[in-house]
Amino acid sequence: MNEEKVIIAGFGGQGVMLMGQILSHAATVADLNTTWIPSYGPETRGGTANCAVTIGEERINSPVVSVPDSLIIMNQPSLDKFQKKLKKGGILIANKSQISDAVYRDDIEVYEVDANKQALEIGNLRVANMVMLGAYIAVTGVFSKDDMFAVFEKIFTGRKSELIDLNKKALEAGIRAVGK
Amino acid sequence: MAKVLMKGNEAMALAAIEGGCDAFFGYPITPQNEIPEYLSRHMEERGRVFVQAESEVAAINMVYGAAGAGARVLTSSSSPGIALKQEGISYIAGSELPCVIINVMRGGPGLGGIQPSQADYRQITKGGGNGDYHLLAFAPENLQETVNIIKESFALADYYRNPVMIAVDGLLGQMMEPVDLEAAPKTEVPPEKAWAADGNSDRKGGRNVITSIHLDPLELEKHNRKLQKKYDEMVAKEQRYEMIETADADIVFVAYGSMARIARSAVKTLREEGIKVGMIRPITIWPFPEKAFDELPASVKSLLTLEMSLGQMHEDVRAANNGRFELDFYGRTGGVVPEPEEIIDHVKRMLEKEGSS
Repeated sequence: MNEEKVIIAGFGGQGVMLMGQILSHAATVADLNTTWIPSYGPETRGGTANCAVTIGEERINSPVVSVPDSLIIMNQPSLDKFQKKLKKGGILIANKSQISDAVYRDDIEVYEVDANKQALEIGNLRVANMVMLGAYIAVTGVFSKDDMFAVFEKIFTGRKSELIDLNKKALEAGIRAVGK
Repeated sequence: MAKVLMKGNEAMALAAIEGGCDAFFGYPITPQNEIPEYLSRHMEERGRVFVQAESEVAAINMVYGAAGAGARVLTSSSSPGIALKQEGISYIAGSELPCVIINVMRGGPGLGGIQPSQADYRQITKGGGNGDYHLLAFAPENLQETVNIIKESFALADYYRNPVMIAVDGLLGQMMEPVDLEAAPKTEVPPEKAWAADGNSDRKGGRNVITSIHLDPLELEKHNRKLQKKYDEMVAKEQRYEMIETADADIVFVAYGSMARIARSAVKTLREEGIKVGMIRPITIWPFPEKAFDELPASVKSLLTLEMSLGQMHEDVRAANNGRFELDFYGRTGGVVPEPEEIIDHVKRMLEKEGSS
């Protein structure tokens, strides 16, 4: 695979950090190289939480992602802040439920997902992040649904194991939302 | 063992446990809090000592005491906390005791900020505390290298009877990356510490005294010369560095830690554009790897020091370069982590200047 650099951004509490960690966990299981970094430096200002994940077969140099290949955008301020950084022809997955002013660049591939609505239909708004993650893996093909399920089994242990089914459903809803 | 995805601070804490750390004394400060948090749980499980002290000063003096009793001891902190520990570090070095200190650097001076920085370079390599002493100081660039060095550091501290500092910036502390703890060198069993003040009255040769006070100047000078011999041995044996694509390079970066990683991306991009750049990556910052500069071919045109500070290591680069090549510097500070593109732009400006002159 080519190196994949993705920035995931949203409000604090939308589970943005966890989304990135799940991708890095999946990469670790697949014996790929990966880095995960939380918001750093001036990026921490302005009310958005974000993390950057890099996945690749080769050694990963800078964990700092300046030009991402993909963006997972959970809300309007994150769209405003990160859209301009996306590489030409890059993939943008946008949470339509939290975006009021949807103006997109015409040199990128955009997928809109009504993630909050989908999550509520499944029964819990908090899994909107997994809906988005499902859309992301379906569009990019970085990981399969089963790769993600394996990570859920690994990280949701003890009392959290109750959450596995809910997260699986959300992931599947996201995959369907982009028609895959 | 397979690789495990871990946060930098937690990986460092686990590496210390695996490295045979008997006791940890510390006081909380961002961005290294996951180290004591992890150890508070896992040291007790293994019957080892974890103490959250009432202050940094108390913590480093607990390190002094436990090291004096012969234990393998760790403390961790971040820049302003490390500043508070300097008195104790000087005493520990003066008393010839082994310990490991992890410094997860943040922006300064003063309380500064909580974002990543490399602005403790002078504090680490030029003393910090009083007197003629040095720390053996490592500045790894990724989590695997960091855990390997931490595991090894307890044995190095024992060998030299001197504090070892592991200097990383907040980015390495906060990031996640797969690590393999088994890949790290196997930790040696601690040597018998015949000098330890451990209450063992059966030992031949009378009681052991741990002190850094020597009121007779001639005696203190003799003590300093003995310390200096160790530092000379470190300079001879412990300089560690990596030469990256320097054989045909016109411009050679000098960068360590997270900055070196970011610079690696710039090396790759610039090479793809046909611009011949390479890098010296210091792995020890004390002793400073002067040997690396001797390895550079005469065809090099200039050196570019890259730091997350305003040019602290650059002083050592200037000394090691000794007038041989042109020098340039680029740095960000205060918690700003540069992007590879900034380095690339700087190199292109250097080339333009060169072309026009």
